[in-house]
Amino acid sequence: MDEKDEAHEPLDLVRLCIDEFVVVKLRGDRELKGRLHAYDSHCNLILGEVEESIYVAEEEDEGEAPRVRTVKKQSEMLFVRGDSVVLIAPSEGVKQ
Amino acid sequence: MSTNGESPKEEPKADPRDPSGFLSEIIGNAVTVKLNSGIVYKGALQSVDGYMNIALENCREVADGRVIRNYGDAFVRGNNVTYISADSI
Repeated sequence: MDEKDEAHEPLDLVRLCIDEFVVVKLRGDRELKGRLHAYDSHCNLILGEVEESIYVAEEEDEGEAPRVRTVKKQSEMLFVRGDSVVLIAPSEGVKQ
Repeated sequence: MSTNGESPKEEPKADPRDPSGFLSEIIGNAVTVKLNSGIVYKGALQSVDGYMNIALENCREVADGRVIRNYGDAFVRGNNVTYISADSI
């Protein structure tokens, strides 16, 4: 690959995800999965068919590992403010 | 050296001794990216921009030394980044 092929910018990766399902990690242990309709340079996003997962750490007794409870919410359409975005990845490539 | 707002002439090749030069030098390399939250991402560095937004290929999410998730490609928003480390050159 020559240098010109590498001269892409990171947001090109987001552009390639338009109309596809993406996983978006947010601040505060939240995650969204939905169809990416639009984005801008702040990472403001418009997502459709969204499932939000909120990971809540539950208090445990001493010595026990903290258990994580997941709360799920569905939304038809969502505007996400860019400053809470941590990571955006195409959903098809994600393996748990 | 320019100290008073005058931008230096555009250099033909980035200087690896300045930070953005280092970053463009390690494009394509295996890197470790640590975020402010403590989560670490490992993958091949596809691109970086002026905000330190990062595109990683074959990205693994590592917490407490264990891979907890794989992303094919991942875009990381620059404001969350603590450091970018080249695994090997």
